[in-house]
Amino acid sequence: MANMCSYGRFTHAVVRGIPETFGKTAGEGRENGEVTVDQAKAQRQFGCLTGALRQKVGLQLIEIPPDPELPESWRIEDVAVIQGDTALITRPFKQQRRSEADAVRRVMSELSLTVVEMGDEQGDSGGATLEGSDVLFTGREFFVGISSHTNRRGAEVLADTFRDFAVSTVPVCGGARLKNFCSMGGPDTIIISGGDGAKKTLRVMEQLTDHHYDVLTVPEESAANCIYVKGPSKRDFLLHRPAEEIPDSVPAFQKLPDYTLLPTACSEASKLGASLSSLCLLINRKHTYF
Amino acid sequence: MSGGFRFFVPLKTQDSEAKQPQAKKEAEKGKSKAAADPASPQNQPEQLPAAVGHSTPARKEQEKQEEDQESHRSSTSRLSRSPVRGVKKVKMMQCKITLLDGSDYSVNVEKRAKGQVLLDKVCEYLNLLEKDYFGITYRDIESQKNWLDPSKELKKQIRNGPWNFSFNVKFYPPDPSQLCEDITRYYLCLQLRDDVVSGRLPCSFATHTLLGSYTVQSELGDYDLEELGSDYISEIRFAPNQTKELEEKVMELHKTYKGMTPAVAEIHFLENAKKLSMYGVDLHHAKDSEGVEIMLGVCASGLLIYRDRLRINRFAWPKILKISYKRNNFYIKIRPGEFEQFESTIGFKLPNHRAAKRLWKVCVEHHTFFRLVSPEAPPKKFLSLGSKFRYSGRTQAQTRSASAQIARPAPLFERSSSKRYNMSRSLDGAPITENHETPVKGNATDGAPKVIAKEDIITTVTTERKAEEENAEREDAQEVAAETDATTPLRHDTKDSEPPPEVVKHQTNISELKRSFLETGSNGGGGAPGLTEWEKRLSSSPLRSPRGDEDPMIEPLELQDAKDEQTEQEAGPKDTVAAVGYLVKYVADSVVTDGATSSGPHGISLSTTMDDDVFVDGTLREEAGGKTQDSQEEEEEASDKSATKLSPGAVRQEVSQAISDKKGTLIIFKQAENKEDEETSKKEGLVDRAESETDGNKEQKRQASLKAEIKNGDVSQIRGVDSPKKAMASWISEEKVESSEVVSVFTKELKELKTLDEPQQKAEGIQPKSSPTHVTVSASLAVSAPGWVSPSHKVSADQEKAVVVTENEAESAKPKAPDGVEVAAKDVPVVHTETKTITYESAEVDTNGDADPGVLLSAQTITSETTSTTTTTHITKTVKGGISETRIEKRIVITGDADIDHDEALAQAIKEAKEQHPDMSVTKVVVHKETEITPEEGED
Repeated sequence: MANMCSYGRFTHAVVRGIPETFGKTAGEGRENGEVTVDQAKAQRQFGCLTGALRQKVGLQLIEIPPDPELPESWRIEDVAVIQGDTALITRPFKQQRRSEADAVRRVMSELSLTVVEMGDEQGDSGGATLEGSDVLFTGREFFVGISSHTNRRGAEVLADTFRDFAVSTVPVCGGARLKNFCSMGGPDTIIISGGDGAKKTLRVMEQLTDHHYDVLTVPEESAANCIYVKGPSKRDFLLHRPAEEIPDSVPAFQKLPDYTLLPTACSEASKLGASLSSLCLLINRKHTYF
Repeated sequence: MSGGFRFFVPLKTQDSEAKQPQAKKEAEKGKSKAAADPASPQNQPEQLPAAVGHSTPARKEQEKQEEDQESHRSSTSRLSRSPVRGVKKVKMMQCKITLLDGSDYSVNVEKRAKGQVLLDKVCEYLNLLEKDYFGITYRDIESQKNWLDPSKELKKQIRNGPWNFSFNVKFYPPDPSQLCEDITRYYLCLQLRDDVVSGRLPCSFATHTLLGSYTVQSELGDYDLEELGSDYISEIRFAPNQTKELEEKVMELHKTYKGMTPAVAEIHFLENAKKLSMYGVDLHHAKDSEGVEIMLGVCASGLLIYRDRLRINRFAWPKILKISYKRNNFYIKIRPGEFEQFESTIGFKLPNHRAAKRLWKVCVEHHTFFRLVSPEAPPKKFLSLGSKFRYSGRTQAQTRSASAQIARPAPLFERSSSKRYNMSRSLDGAPITENHETPVKGNATDGAPKVIAKEDIITTVTTERKAEEENAEREDAQEVAAETDATTPLRHDTKDSEPPPEVVKHQTNISELKRSFLETGSNGGGGAPGLTEWEKRLSSSPLRSPRGDEDPMIEPLELQDAKDEQTEQEAGPKDTVAAVGYLVKYVADSVVTDGATSSGPHGISLSTTMDDDVFVDGTLREEAGGKTQDSQEEEEEASDKSATKLSPGAVRQEVSQAISDKKGTLIIFKQAENKEDEETSKKEGLVDRAESETDGNKEQKRQASLKAEIKNGDVSQIRGVDSPKKAMASWISEEKVESSEVVSVFTKELKELKTLDEPQQKAEGIQPKSSPTHVTVSASLAVSAPGWVSPSHKVSADQEKAVVVTENEAESAKPKAPDGVEVAAKDVPVVHTETKTITYESAEVDTNGDADPGVLLSAQTITSETTSTTTTTHITKTVKGGISETRIEKRIVITGDADIDHDEALAQAIKEAKEQHPDMSVTKVVVHKETEITPEEGED
């Protein structure tokens, strides 16, 4: 189909900076009470990530300035699901996060993407919630994790938006998000953690898919979330957590042939339940019809 | 759609058929008169006039039509100038088929024609050779789309509905680039465009744009502002909700395609369309076990479960062990997963029984077409073996290999303008048609005017025959009346007199066997036309008439009554074709016999009927209708004309001869003896009869037999009936059959002819009798053999005797039971064991084998065992007349008690063998079953 090409071809990345309110949750800010995060460190790590995307991978980076009023706005992945030239602005589970979309929507429009809204709470999609970190797009199909933050209605909206693709729902075990324990590691490669919950989800994915994927299993859950980009130079880049954070899993990445591995720290964001991919939206503005 | 029928001469229209018949037929050895024209060629003309009589396309309700035709008889006669008429039997009906470009094509077919006839005619009209991907649909009373079963009579399928049909893609090739001809891709494109515009194939805006742009390029050629104007695009439909924005984007893309040929544009179109997730997915509304609304999607890879737009489950074909339906429930049995111990069955609720059956049939067909692989070229219908209803056509693998042999230069055809806003279809279609085709065709295409044209033509052609026609018409009328009364036995008798019906019956049996064998159980309506289709396909080339080419692919030999058959086997040699048909019958009879002791042939046939009914439950009707394989039947008829009328005894001899020639084989089949609802089955049987007017003969016979049985009231008979049912039931549904079958032996020979030329020829059907294809079929038949009954009305005393013997076997009470086929000579009564052996072989193979033993190159034997099966494989390589041949003979012994589904095990074994040797064909299947009967049961 028009928009179907192998996963990983991106030209742009959209990120949003770490606000000083980092670590506080939207609204009360009490949920993460026990977690201590280093905001400065988080900003440094964010800087490393954006630097890698821009300079190593070669993407055009669009950085939306942080907004202290939106303490979780750096988790930009949740706010939109982008495929081809269509961006679906999602409806995050938390009411307080929904205004994060405004800035993102503007950027999407500037990039001349077709922006699709989930609609009013009252409309057909009433009650639908969807967050990008529960959406795994493989290049061929979507898997939407039904989690504490994403429900079936939300998945239906996504399916209605991206009609070319099969949209399958999969269970997300535990309180995590789908992409906390899996991500794409190549055009036909899924990286997934070896945990029981992840295995269960993987089995469901295997059951539902028409395609064949290679599966790279990593021992640590947090290692399974990576960012894969086939850069403009046609090289395979994989941003993954560094050895300090995932000592057991690094060897697995080294098995990937001819990959350029870019260890990127993400310890602070991860304390808040986020992962590498949470921090950016990847876009392909180069239209390839075939 | 028009075709560029350069190679095809317009002759092909029906009218043409009428004209051509004799020459062609003769050329083809009379085979041509397939189901479509059961009547003699001469009748055809007559028929046409009837159609002519209607100035308007006859699409009213059937009844009306019938009436009309009758009433028109007089008018017809007026038209016709020759007063003298021979016997008329055929009534022609006009069918209106909506083609993929939206135009209508009208064609006359014999009233009792089978679905395949219509499909063939349409494909011929469209100049389409790769026709296995396509099918014809009709709307039932509930206005649901149903696929026409090629092996069943049109009339029985559409019932009282109008004779209106649509030509559609049935199996969407996952990779359209593998289609052989551009013209095939073109029609696939047309279907997909309709799918897109109707919303059945959802796609994004971007995809609408892209597909639309290729559509424009292929239809209009290069973008040219001067020629096309700026608004050229708004006439063409691309999407359900077409916007100006979309049209503009389409135009933008269109501009970039300069120089792209239509064929290339279509390839691009398909390359994109095939990736859409709903490409080729046939959706059915259903509810899951908890009553949640879902959709079941049948596609090339398996069964998809959707809730709203979300895919919530998927069952790939390999994961599905069995598909069945019961009432409005649809079940799939799932292979246990990696960590699961037991297979599970998942049930879905369909809106009604018809929907469940429709879904089931679609599943069976898709599974067969896409999942079952038969390797190369020739024949393999093996996959289609299975349940009653089976996909009778070729599998994808087969069709691909067949396509590879298409040698004609790419046909020229004109792309019609399709899917325009508000444009009448006829306008679109008609002109094109005219351009390309001869007047006849053009006329055929659209409504009334064309019809008239046809009439003229027909008249001209027919003159001589009109008298006959009239007679035929009258007869038809009578028949109609009879049909109305469907239940009446009289009708049968009448038909019995006619040779064709009988043949049909035989085939029917065969098909039934096949179906039963295969599978999983279900029922369905389709006959086992596999061979036929294949043959037709082969013969699809313009010069040949479709039917003529077909050879009886399968020639199953039955050795039902061990004694008689065996003895006979050694007898005569060559009536193979006819023999086959008979053999089949015999088998069925014997089977029946098991159950029904003294009822005689009729009783037997009844039991057969019962079987069918049992199986399908819902499906029954279809089966009845679809049992016959047109082509085969016809062929058989042709070859056996005389044979048909033979007395049972004669038939028998022939059979035996054939058997002997072929080196008889074996399928032995024992039925589990369970008591089921006889009554139910009987009722069903009745229904069937009523419903199947066309099959009248068969049905009538069966009815008669049924009645006889009933009257007899013999326990044994009942028993027999029951057992078949159960056997069937086991396949179809998950009901547990209590079978006491102890041993099943299955032997299969795979022959591979290494010489290229021979096999190909055979495959093409040029040589009627050669054929690996046939062989394969036979195998399948053999498998299915167990439950079927073929009605033997004409059974002679000899036969009856045989029957009796068989019966003896069935009834423990009777001491005479033959031990086994092999032991036929033995008179020792075996009270507790039933043994049956049925052999199927392809005539050709046998002949060859007999004639020339060849030189043995090597031989090897391998034995393997599992818990319940022992497999012995003999591989021998020989050289005969320059052809090296490898024979693999597998002996599979399945041992177990009632808990084992022998049929399934057998089917599985055959499948495996087939898969192991994809390049070989099955030439012989012998099933030998021994069943232990407990005294009580026997006495029951």
